[in-house]
Amino acid sequence: MSKMVYLDNAATTKTSAEVVEAMLPYFTEYYGNPSSLYGFASHNKDAISKARKTIADTIGAKEKEIYFTAGGSASDNWALKATADLLGEKKGKHIITSKIEHHAIMHTCDYLAKKGYEITYIDVDENGVIKLDELKEAIRPDTILISVMFANNEIGTIQPIKEIGAIAHEHGILFHTDAVQAYSHIPINVDEYNIDMMSASGHKFYGPKGIGFLYIRTGVKIGSFVHGGAQERKRRAGTENVPGIIGIAKAAQIAHEHMSEWNDKEIAMRDHLIDRILDEIPYSRLNGGRDNRLPNNANFSFQFVEGESMLIMLDMKGICASSGSACASGSLDPSHVLLGIGLPHEIAHGSVRLTLSDETTMEDIDYTVDALKEIVAQLRSMSPLYEDFVKKQNNK
Amino acid sequence: MYSEKVMDHFQNPRNVGEIENASGVGTVGNAKCGDIMRMYLDIDDNGIIQDCKFKTFGCGAAVATSSMATELVKGKTIQQALEVTNKAVMEALDGLPPIKIHCSLLAEEAIHAALWDYAEKNGIKIEGLSKPKSDISEDEEEEEY
Repeated sequence: MSKMVYLDNAATTKTSAEVVEAMLPYFTEYYGNPSSLYGFASHNKDAISKARKTIADTIGAKEKEIYFTAGGSASDNWALKATADLLGEKKGKHIITSKIEHHAIMHTCDYLAKKGYEITYIDVDENGVIKLDELKEAIRPDTILISVMFANNEIGTIQPIKEIGAIAHEHGILFHTDAVQAYSHIPINVDEYNIDMMSASGHKFYGPKGIGFLYIRTGVKIGSFVHGGAQERKRRAGTENVPGIIGIAKAAQIAHEHMSEWNDKEIAMRDHLIDRILDEIPYSRLNGGRDNRLPNNANFSFQFVEGESMLIMLDMKGICASSGSACASGSLDPSHVLLGIGLPHEIAHGSVRLTLSDETTMEDIDYTVDALKEIVAQLRSMSPLYEDFVKKQNNK
Repeated sequence: MYSEKVMDHFQNPRNVGEIENASGVGTVGNAKCGDIMRMYLDIDDNGIIQDCKFKTFGCGAAVATSSMATELVKGKTIQQALEVTNKAVMEALDGLPPIKIHCSLLAEEAIHAALWDYAEKNGIKIEGLSKPKSDISEDEEEEEY
């Protein structure tokens, strides 16, 4: 393959070799069903229990509070729908979330709204940080859940989770956070951050796809989402994805061992990327604040050009990135996150997200900036918006 | 996702640019949807389109359909240019993904908008041509279509 620079690690990451190695025996050697009685299979029961403990330890939780799922979306669906089931009749039908959640939350809220639940979407500021005063004002006696993402998948903004959790608990409301982008990237402690439920997904931190977990605090009595066998303490039926569970635990363990080292490296590269782009490409902006953002996330808008065009041209140079433009999302509207932070449509259409990994190099970053400079200039030369802009400038 | 022809016209767009003192200019689409096309026509006294150039803000398909549309109308009469429909543009590009069909419609409208401008400037009426709805040359606050 010719040169490839993979800068779409928020979409998914490469499963690390160590993780794959840890998983492999669980396909061909230890293939027994963990629910079976014989010794051969019970090894797997122990392995799952160990994996659960490994993950619990990373967030200061108890082993029995970790429930394996098929991934982030499965965890989000479970948390929201099961909370609605648990409290809808008993307490009320009001749920609070933010305007910039992942679709797994957004569309689950749409679904619940159709079932008679009322959803309040809290605004964010220009950097994508949720407005806490609005959150406080939105709370009602029938509010059953607050769900706010830990860090945004598009612009990397980290939310004031501790404060949100504290507000929820002051009012006796459950607090769920979609931590799919944050978990295993930045430190999280469920007690310190006042988290009752938390979603995570393996493939966002060099683990396998198709495996995630939902943390459910002891005492939060949401019911089962998948009915059947007695797996996952009778709360999620289905034969365990043993290789996946081994893989996600291994990935979490490695990520936590290397977290500060990787963070330092990614932040240095990310900041270099941001500095170069803002310095060298006119009419560009960073979406999301410089502080308070995931170490590996950078998101830019380039005025007068459209995102999908940029992605195709980046792809031609071997660079994998993503965009919040409508064309990239398959709808006519650009990303709700970029609109949520107040960007006008045409600027939201011209966005590119670059998300790094521990394997990204400074060379990759420089190559990408050089490529982007060329691409943006080329697309501007054929943009009627840029033509109008230049004419206006000349007339001044 | 795109045909080879679409990729070719995106990577090597034909007739990008402006025409000074063009016979007709049309701009269609809106920034809200993420596609804006501007078409310039140079039409001689015999009603032949001598030159055609475009500028486009939009996705790969938007650029490719604009490029193909300019190729299809160049050297044609006004009546022939009116026959360059979105279907003709799509066929010439070996098809478009379903969600990109609106780009070919925009290309057709861009031609119509430029011809409309030409007709208005010259005080003539072109048979079969009505004012394109998404022409934003005068009114920038168009509704989303």
